[in-house]
Amino acid sequence: MMDNEIDRELLEKIADMLGKPVGAFNIRKDSGCDGRQSTEHIEITSKTDGKSGIDIRIKDGTVGETCHIPVIITKPGIEEMVYNDFYIGENCNVDIVAGCGIHNCGDQTSRHDGLHTFYVGKNSHVHYTEKHYGEGDGKGGRIMNPQTVVYLEEGASIQMDTTQIRGIDSTKRDTKIVCGKNAEAVVTERLLTHGEQTAESDMEIVLDGENSKGRVISRSVAQDASSQVFYPRMVGNAQCFGHVQCDSIIMGEAKIKSIPAITANCTEAQLVHEAAIGKIAGEQLLKLETLGLTEEEAEDCILKGFLA
Amino acid sequence: MLELKSISYAVREGDSELGILKDISLTIDDHKLVVFTGPNGGGKTTLAKIIMGLVKPTSGQILWNGQDITDLGITERARLGISYGFQQPPRFKGLTVRDLLTLASGDEKLSKDKCCQYLTKVGLCANDYLDREVDVSLSGGEVKRIEIATILARNSQLMIFDEPEAGIDLWSFARLTETFEQIHATGTATMIIISHQERIISLADEVIVVGDGTIRHRGSAADILPQILADTLGTCPVLTKGGDAQ
Repeated sequence: MMDNEIDRELLEKIADMLGKPVGAFNIRKDSGCDGRQSTEHIEITSKTDGKSGIDIRIKDGTVGETCHIPVIITKPGIEEMVYNDFYIGENCNVDIVAGCGIHNCGDQTSRHDGLHTFYVGKNSHVHYTEKHYGEGDGKGGRIMNPQTVVYLEEGASIQMDTTQIRGIDSTKRDTKIVCGKNAEAVVTERLLTHGEQTAESDMEIVLDGENSKGRVISRSVAQDASSQVFYPRMVGNAQCFGHVQCDSIIMGEAKIKSIPAITANCTEAQLVHEAAIGKIAGEQLLKLETLGLTEEEAEDCILKGFLA
Repeated sequence: MLELKSISYAVREGDSELGILKDISLTIDDHKLVVFTGPNGGGKTTLAKIIMGLVKPTSGQILWNGQDITDLGITERARLGISYGFQQPPRFKGLTVRDLLTLASGDEKLSKDKCCQYLTKVGLCANDYLDREVDVSLSGGEVKRIEIATILARNSQLMIFDEPEAGIDLWSFARLTETFEQIHATGTATMIIISHQERIISLADEVIVVGDGTIRHRGSAADILPQILADTLGTCPVLTKGGDAQ
């Protein structure tokens, strides 16, 4: 496990792991299992239905525990589809850290497609973190297509923080969250594309239950000749509150399309959306230059803050 | 010491040239508090921006501590000890008050106590503001006070403030003038403050009235204030006696 420098760097980047993590974990490397640990309250098992992936079962009342399930691909030419299902009991409060890192030094494409499905029990809270990162000087593409489906039972909540750090040539994200009564979903999405990369993020939050809440905060930076498309949708089927906020910084020859949509199927649904695309304001650069930063340092600082 | 020699700044308007600043020469000694005042559009902000390097003069020379900085950029001037508080500071999505103070101070490990000191001097409580983003959630007055706090954190040899009082409530304004007084009393920095406030003008070692792109008057606050008041109390040239328009 973590037996070379590339593994260690990727795992630190995508899962903040410095050595063996505390709590439950499953490390997937080059389509195999590179280490696994279950705990008294969190059980990780391989799928038995022939699909590639794992089941994670978290017992009722599990509080303050973490589960790391990073994926790394270090050999060129690996293309995989992984199914991970999370069964979270009632009254839990857990942190789940996923993430995928690709190191591709070859000419063949490396591709990771994943479907994560969460079943979150009554009054449970999940903090889900997912970071994507690609590196390597090969000509082979680095592709990631993550799908995430979340079902929140009464009083359950999820805070989902996803980040595409850099180095992913093509991504198509697909996220769907269904909120029951008094349930809450907060999604923060951070995405950076550069070179000729493409990214698409399709998101739907369905506010099904009375007094459910949804919030999407999407921030992206498109550099060089990269392109991005965002399609966050919020659907209110009951008395609920939903807010979608998309902000993008556009640079170079990049292209960004942002299409937030809100749909109310109930008179008590209150839904708001905001979307903005713009370049870095000249006054922002000037201000930071008056603090002693060079123009390049100022730009870097603004982008880092924006995507933090 | 700051020396401006024959500074002019003009912009093209169609076929003609419009002079914004006309042959301004000026010397400001170390540790002085100098107030630039005068009517709107008279050239005060342009002059201040030329000192910081935000605007390049059409002609003339700027010397800072004997060094010719006319062709230096903003960053280089900042690193030589010049700082500038904007009249309308920009907002930053994602950068917190702590981030800006840290950048300004140049100390990556700037302590909460230090941040607290800077914010208190502009009438803000660190606990309420330190981790807030400097974005649209803050009012104009709050952003303005944070801007001034960044200049205090920068602790540079020459501090330029462009209308620091604009958008600030009376209570915070009183705190701010005390801060200017304290900096002046310690004699650690030269301050150029663009202001129309009598309270700030009265703190000045020297008041420079800028109008129509020239220095109209310069002198002590005691000499200049009565002239300013006389100017501002003058009658409107359009209205005749009785309040009727001509």
